[in-house]
Amino acid sequence: MEDLTSPKQDKKNQELGEARRPWEEIAASSQDPKSGLSEPLEPEQWLETGPQPRSGPPQSPQSRASPPLDDVTGPGAPSPPSPAPEASFIPSTLALARQQLAAPWQSDRTTDVNPKAETPHSHRLEQSSDQGKSTAPQTCQSEGDIFQQSQQTERHLYGPEDVSNNNSKQKELRFNIFQEEDSNSNYELDHTESGVSEGAPSPLEIAIQSAKAYLLKTSSKSGLNLYDHLSDMLTKVLDERPENAVDIIESISQDVKMAHFRKKLDTLQNENEMLPIYETAEKQKALFLQGNLEGVDQELEDEIAENSLPNVMESAFYFEQAGVGLGTDETYRIFLALKQLTDTHPIQRCRFWGKILGLEMNYIVAEVEFREGEDEEDVEDEDVTEERDDGDSDAEENDEDELPRTFYKTPQVIPKEENRTGANKYVYFVCNEPGGTWVKLPPVTPAQIVTARKIKKFFTGRLETPIVSYPPFPGNESNYLRAQIARISAGTHVSPLGFYQFGEEEGEEEEEVEGRRDSFEENPDFEGIQVIDLVESLSNWVHHVQHILPQGRCNWFNPIQKSEEEEEEEDEEKEEEKEEPEYMEQEVGPPLLTPISEDLEIQNMPPWTTRLSSTLIPQYAIAILRSNLWPGAYAFSNGKDSALTGWASSMEQ
Amino acid sequence: MDAESLLLSLELASGSGQGLSPDRRASLLTSLTLVKRDYRYDRVLFWGRILGLVADYYIAQGLSEDQLAPRKTLYSLNCMEWSLLPPATEEMVVQTSVLKGRFMGDPSHEYEHTELQKMSEGEKVFEEEVVVQIKEETRLVSVIDQIDKAVAVIPRGALFKTPFGPIHVNRTFEGLSLSEAKKLSSYFHFKEPVELKNKTLLEKADLDPSLDFMDPLEHDIPKGSWSIQMERGNALVVLRSLLWPGLTFFHAPRTKNYGYIYVGTGEKNIDLPFML
Repeated sequence: MEDLTSPKQDKKNQELGEARRPWEEIAASSQDPKSGLSEPLEPEQWLETGPQPRSGPPQSPQSRASPPLDDVTGPGAPSPPSPAPEASFIPSTLALARQQLAAPWQSDRTTDVNPKAETPHSHRLEQSSDQGKSTAPQTCQSEGDIFQQSQQTERHLYGPEDVSNNNSKQKELRFNIFQEEDSNSNYELDHTESGVSEGAPSPLEIAIQSAKAYLLKTSSKSGLNLYDHLSDMLTKVLDERPENAVDIIESISQDVKMAHFRKKLDTLQNENEMLPIYETAEKQKALFLQGNLEGVDQELEDEIAENSLPNVMESAFYFEQAGVGLGTDETYRIFLALKQLTDTHPIQRCRFWGKILGLEMNYIVAEVEFREGEDEEDVEDEDVTEERDDGDSDAEENDEDELPRTFYKTPQVIPKEENRTGANKYVYFVCNEPGGTWVKLPPVTPAQIVTARKIKKFFTGRLETPIVSYPPFPGNESNYLRAQIARISAGTHVSPLGFYQFGEEEGEEEEEVEGRRDSFEENPDFEGIQVIDLVESLSNWVHHVQHILPQGRCNWFNPIQKSEEEEEEEDEEKEEEKEEPEYMEQEVGPPLLTPISEDLEIQNMPPWTTRLSSTLIPQYAIAILRSNLWPGAYAFSNGKDSALTGWASSMEQ
Repeated sequence: MDAESLLLSLELASGSGQGLSPDRRASLLTSLTLVKRDYRYDRVLFWGRILGLVADYYIAQGLSEDQLAPRKTLYSLNCMEWSLLPPATEEMVVQTSVLKGRFMGDPSHEYEHTELQKMSEGEKVFEEEVVVQIKEETRLVSVIDQIDKAVAVIPRGALFKTPFGPIHVNRTFEGLSLSEAKKLSSYFHFKEPVELKNKTLLEKADLDPSLDFMDPLEHDIPKGSWSIQMERGNALVVLRSLLWPGLTFFHAPRTKNYGYIYVGTGEKNIDLPFML
């Protein structure tokens, strides 16, 4: 089997060699005994072409190659004298090659050349022993003879091979080598050159070239040429090494032909479809590369000092224990995207809030707190005040026109909370995919929250989508998203009791007790609560986000005050017509840091479910809290460490 | 999802945010192979997880040679010990349709439901309130059955039908092409076809009887109850059901990886038409 392949390899290598003359490769690989299969023949022909000053091109590569090969020649001892089995054919040829190399071109094989198809091995061996005298091969002929012999042996071993293959191979070799043929050759086909005597290379050359040209002729039907087809076929066979290759050679040939066509079609189709994958990959690659900005040591220190980025991977690990998670690599990409966010915006603190699924695209939400004084003012404030002014001016016009005035006074628009307070305490950024651009969500207004409580809609994934619902939602999807985020945060962001404590109170005032405590800070003395306790009792957990009142705000806004002002401006007539109760009850909500055991039950179902992450290994388990009101909101704690909270995913209620 | 490619499938389905914790994964890998051996199933699918108040149910299904034959459903509370569930009957489904709210997590829990039943005693006919007790196990069975019938998905070409009837896994299925993967019509319901007979002959002429023997998702009511998304560029297509939130079907186009998993509370989203 090996022998069969060696001539094939030979041919293959030769063909390659024709294109690129990788003599150096052969030289380099000759050191490796494994590639010894190809070597014996390669170096031979190589040697044969070597000393001939005839052909320019072959000359240089060989001269380059010869020195390295010189190293190869170890003890150029003749190959094991045992003639014979085909296995030794290779080592013998290898040894032969070595010897030939060792003896730069000084062999006198001329005398011994007696190519006989029958006993190629012994001949070789004799020759090798001859070469032990180390003489450079002087004439091409001698090498050519040896080469012929090898070819004959090949053919011998090949047996019933395709004649054309043989033929072309021969031609290849000859083309490379410019050797005279052995007069003893038994070739069948148009080996006209075989009869050519040693001393007439030019007709031989011409014949070789014409033979090759014939092989390279392109078929009019299929556009292939025999030369390439044969080379592809033999490459395939040599790569795949099938059993009984000779028996299936026709089907291999067919497969190769079919493969040609398939390739061309595929490239056309793939282009369009693969593009989005590449685009996403490019975008995400940018994420990974952003770290290599002007990375100076100083910047690194700055980054580490500021520490505004949370350790997303660590919390992801804990969430994974709960069975909640996005998969490690997606989480890591989100991590990088958050880093990008903190790099581009002046952010004090940033947290991965969660992922909200949408119909066409999803949202990845980051909760951010800007540094002091770095907020960008919204334009919306002005709009709200303008509206109110319009309302007043309209009322005045009505007076002038004396049209029947409606009794209906539009309920006063409750102003939204200032940034950094109440429901607008944090600013939220969203992006559709890690690597995409972060978009800031507008602050939420109480009206939006109130309406959001009444409707239930899926997110599409595009922020500008209008929300069509009843009652009509004031805003588009970005507002709805922001309102939902506010509701979820208020409902599900919890932490273990004692983790946060109130800041120093500046003085308790009776009037504004409720909802006044809106600042808290981490409790440095927090010692942690046992995981078991956290699981068993809900009173060990407290909300650390302000509850949103039915009004839609966290801090009660009394609209009565304003209306009193307006009353003064208007006519007395209007005053009389007003029959609405002027006293509105102050809405009260549970104060900050109330335990979640106080949460209302939903349809006879406790609002939270607690679980230990693992019952098998309780000593390292963490406590997991799952909200039943907002499916997808989870909180975990392992007793000592900070409780990281909230992760609202999926379509929430 | 197939129990044999569990880890890869969980990774691909992780985009929905719900997955399994490492200890559950590890126990599943071990226990599902044992289940396959003990019950002599041809294929075992990990169906998903139903979240309960006290505990979660982990559900697996075993298939025999014929892929569309009724599947055996097993449940477990700890991913180690599996118990067989009885097959679902119409009666069960009707009975449990009155139950609302979350699962408790305890299979022997009994829901009490008061019904008005007409009782006749002699000549008088009067209504009496009868308290019917329904076991949670029954509810579990019917919910799983409903979910399967409504939203279990399989891509076109993954199964093929032989002329003799039995349906086999198509071993030459190489995955949907990218253009096919974005269309809802290339996905079928993994159940006996219902709509197929109602198709006109003209439509049937275009179908290939060995591949198109199940109902496609395209004509599901309400329209738009499936959200189809491509993740990672075009490397993964994810279908999420909006009718039963929590069901995720994933498929990597041009590969053989596909599967579905349900992680949710086991409640149908009745508000769907309003939410779209």
